[in-house]
Amino acid sequence: MSIEIRDLVHIYSEGTPFEKRALDGVNLKIEKGKFIGLIGHTGSGKSTLIQHINGLIKPNSGEILINGLNITKKEIKMREVRQKVGLVFQYPEHQLFEETVEKDISFGPMNLGLKEDIIKERVKDSMEKVGLDYLEYKDRSPFELSGGQKRRVAIAGVIAMNPEVLILDEPTAGLDPKGREDILGQIKILNDNNPDLTIILVSHSMEDIANLVDKIIVMNGGKVELYGTPREIFKNIELLERVGLAAPQVTYVMKALKNKYPDIDTEIYTVEQARDEILRVKRGQENA
Amino acid sequence: MLKNITIGQYFPGDSSIHKLDPRIKIISVILYIAALFFMDKFIYYIPAIILLTSTILVAKLPFKYIIKGLKPIFILIIITFLINTFMTPGEIAFEIGPITATKEGLRQASFMAIRLILLVLCTTVLTLTTSPILLTDGIEKLLNPFKRIGLPAHELAMMMTIALRFIPTLLEETDKIMKAQMARGADFESGNIIKRAKNLIPLLVPLFISAFRRADELAMAMEARCYRGGENRTRMRELELKRFDIVFLIIVLIYLILIILFRYFIN
Repeated sequence: MSIEIRDLVHIYSEGTPFEKRALDGVNLKIEKGKFIGLIGHTGSGKSTLIQHINGLIKPNSGEILINGLNITKKEIKMREVRQKVGLVFQYPEHQLFEETVEKDISFGPMNLGLKEDIIKERVKDSMEKVGLDYLEYKDRSPFELSGGQKRRVAIAGVIAMNPEVLILDEPTAGLDPKGREDILGQIKILNDNNPDLTIILVSHSMEDIANLVDKIIVMNGGKVELYGTPREIFKNIELLERVGLAAPQVTYVMKALKNKYPDIDTEIYTVEQARDEILRVKRGQENA
Repeated sequence: MLKNITIGQYFPGDSSIHKLDPRIKIISVILYIAALFFMDKFIYYIPAIILLTSTILVAKLPFKYIIKGLKPIFILIIITFLINTFMTPGEIAFEIGPITATKEGLRQASFMAIRLILLVLCTTVLTLTTSPILLTDGIEKLLNPFKRIGLPAHELAMMMTIALRFIPTLLEETDKIMKAQMARGADFESGNIIKRAKNLIPLLVPLFISAFRRADELAMAMEARCYRGGENRTRMRELELKRFDIVFLIIVLIYLILIILFRYFIN
């Protein structure tokens, strides 16, 4: 499912003293099946942008085409758009409300009007995808689970709707390191197993983004500042720092190493790449 | 969706009306309203309108916002106008079917309508030019003398401040949960009233949970900073009367006295 965004403008509280241009002419093209990272400092327009893709808010001007379908038109059925584009908000566990995990995850599929046995299949399937055992957790109250488990239930609630685009707004915020690892690992598996699923991951962690995604969107001041592969993006350390971001720490380590080993490659953004590069340089020296 | 709801419709600015002491503003509004009720002729409205208009002009409030303040009572004004027009006995002005409008009724009706509009406008000017926090500060100070008869002035003001402080937070939270559930296909806008009420459950349950969590966290945070009510409590920004405050109060006082004098002694 491809997404095309043209000249998107969104202004909050237009015509009052609190007016704010949250999106100021965004142009983007996201191909089907890609894993996209969305980064930008607080207030750069990330959340506003992803809510537009899901049709939750309407732009002041500009258009969004999902598979060629313009969802900013009035006569579009929002329910269809929301079925195709799944959005997991920040701290999604705050939206849980049902008595049991199973009922809560069923909420989305039920709203789509699916049959009971299909819903059950979907619940099972999505719980498995987020790493929760169906039999063990289905009858428990979502409120007695741990923070990480609650979040997985909430994410499963969106995955159960079988979206073709999955947007996750900082899915690891406020979790402990293990919880982060688990959730990111499951997102990666989800991406590997579903080549047609487009995933957009909003994150403040450059490391997470660098490890996972195919392409990165950098937002600043309601505009797309950069859009490209991690290698292309993290080359621009100065620009990233100017817009309140940074490159992964390992990139800085490689830059520092360059002083000692002039032929080392500094366009490195994961620890694995760094290991290989350092070994390569070291071996080269030993051989020389 | 919820963006249009403004509570504590404060319109930021730095005019001398904005900077007036909140106590003075509250007292002035009370005096102004009292004066409105001493009036029994249309002619008295002229100074009343001049006083209010000049305050609005000094405060640099946009006309649009003033009118917005009148919206909620628009229907009330229409109803009182109609009742007064048709229910007051007197000389017949015109007839619509079985009901008759009287000249006295029309006069009485417009008189009441103007009074109502002025009443609402002057309180609107107060809330537009005073931030909610300052307003509760002012109320607390004004209620202080009643502490002696057991009125918990500080606690009341603190409750109001906290309630006001959390309205935007809760609205934001509602907006967020609403969107999250809408993203899961929830529908808050269609169906009959019972279906709609049922559809609100996915919104209300998380909202209540988060409200209780917030209340708990706030109580804890306040206790952690040794909050223990109003006794011997000092404040960061003490309210202080300045010269303009006094001048403003005197103008309103003179206005009230003149109205009373004209009403009872000069006629």
